[in-house]
Amino acid sequence: MEHMGVEPGRLSFSWISSAESTKFVEVVKDVTATVKALGPNNNFKKAAKVA
Amino acid sequence: MLGYIDKIREISKRLLDEGRVDMIIGFRKGTIPMMNEPCFVKNSGELSTLVWDSNCGINLANYLTDRKEKIGIVAKGCDSRNIVTHIIENKIKREKLVIIGIPCKGMIDKRKVAGMFENGIDDITEEDNILRVKSRGVETSLKKSDLLQENCELCIHRNPVIYDELAGPLVEEQKDVDRYADVRRIEAMTAPEKWEYFKDLISPCIRCYACRNACPLCYCPTCFVDESRPQWCGKGQDEIDTRTFHFLRAYHCAGRCTDCGACERACPVGIKVRQFTSKLNKDCLDMFGWEAGLSPDQRPPLDTYKPADPGDFIK
Repeated sequence: MEHMGVEPGRLSFSWISSAESTKFVEVVKDVTATVKALGPNNNFKKAAKVA
Repeated sequence: MLGYIDKIREISKRLLDEGRVDMIIGFRKGTIPMMNEPCFVKNSGELSTLVWDSNCGINLANYLTDRKEKIGIVAKGCDSRNIVTHIIENKIKREKLVIIGIPCKGMIDKRKVAGMFENGIDDITEEDNILRVKSRGVETSLKKSDLLQENCELCIHRNPVIYDELAGPLVEEQKDVDRYADVRRIEAMTAPEKWEYFKDLISPCIRCYACRNACPLCYCPTCFVDESRPQWCGKGQDEIDTRTFHFLRAYHCAGRCTDCGACERACPVGIKVRQFTSKLNKDCLDMFGWEAGLSPDQRPPLDTYKPADPGDFIK
């Protein structure tokens, strides 16, 4: 995806077991912070809303 | 390459007469120059329609999907790799096929040739490495090797990887080819530059889906772009929808694409759609040492797990 121009950090992957609640919280915090730092995603935004 | 046709007809005749196959899938002359079209020959009387020259760039593996007949198929290097992929993906049975292998020396880029003659091309003939193009009564000789499709220029699997019959002696494979120069050029760009690059690349796209239809990998009964419940992707020419289509089309080819160039050849507006798949091919080679369709006994990287698989992107 990054090769095609999506900013690095916009997309994340992780592997979290249902028993790893603490890891889940950590990853979510982390991803949210990275995406907030990148700002709003203007790339994949349609000009007009399709009905 | 031209000498192959006699051999192709001879083999096909034998196969049909002996009842080993119900039909032969090959090429016949198209209605305009440089546009040979696929054809199905079912009796040996029609074999004279078969042709072979440097305009057979379409991938014939595309016509095998889910076929039940016994089929003789004419296959270049790339076609044979797609046949292997079809066998791996259970889209055709090896026992149903008699593969007539063609050691290939590359197909010509019809756009490059057409672009050189503003008066149009009336006829084109070839002899070894020489193309003779007739345009408004004027004949011009060109060197074929200068006018190859880009993927053929970069091809390192010219000989078929599986075959039952051969239409000619195997050719020497190209060596020291820098296959991913284009990919590296894009890799060196910043994210916004990449975004703009692909925006420009697909801006002429009319969403005709010729690239998808020409591709032997695209055989889903209902393609995601045709689905309406849910509608994954808008059907208009909105830039974002077009981009979504191209992104997803490319991803569906990951680890399967043989770089046959059928998509690029089929595109009516000349988009270099291989720019999307090349990166995936390069990644597959770098990360998994994988090139698609080389052997029916190997499972593709995306349906096997190995402990050494790269996983650094997973947090």
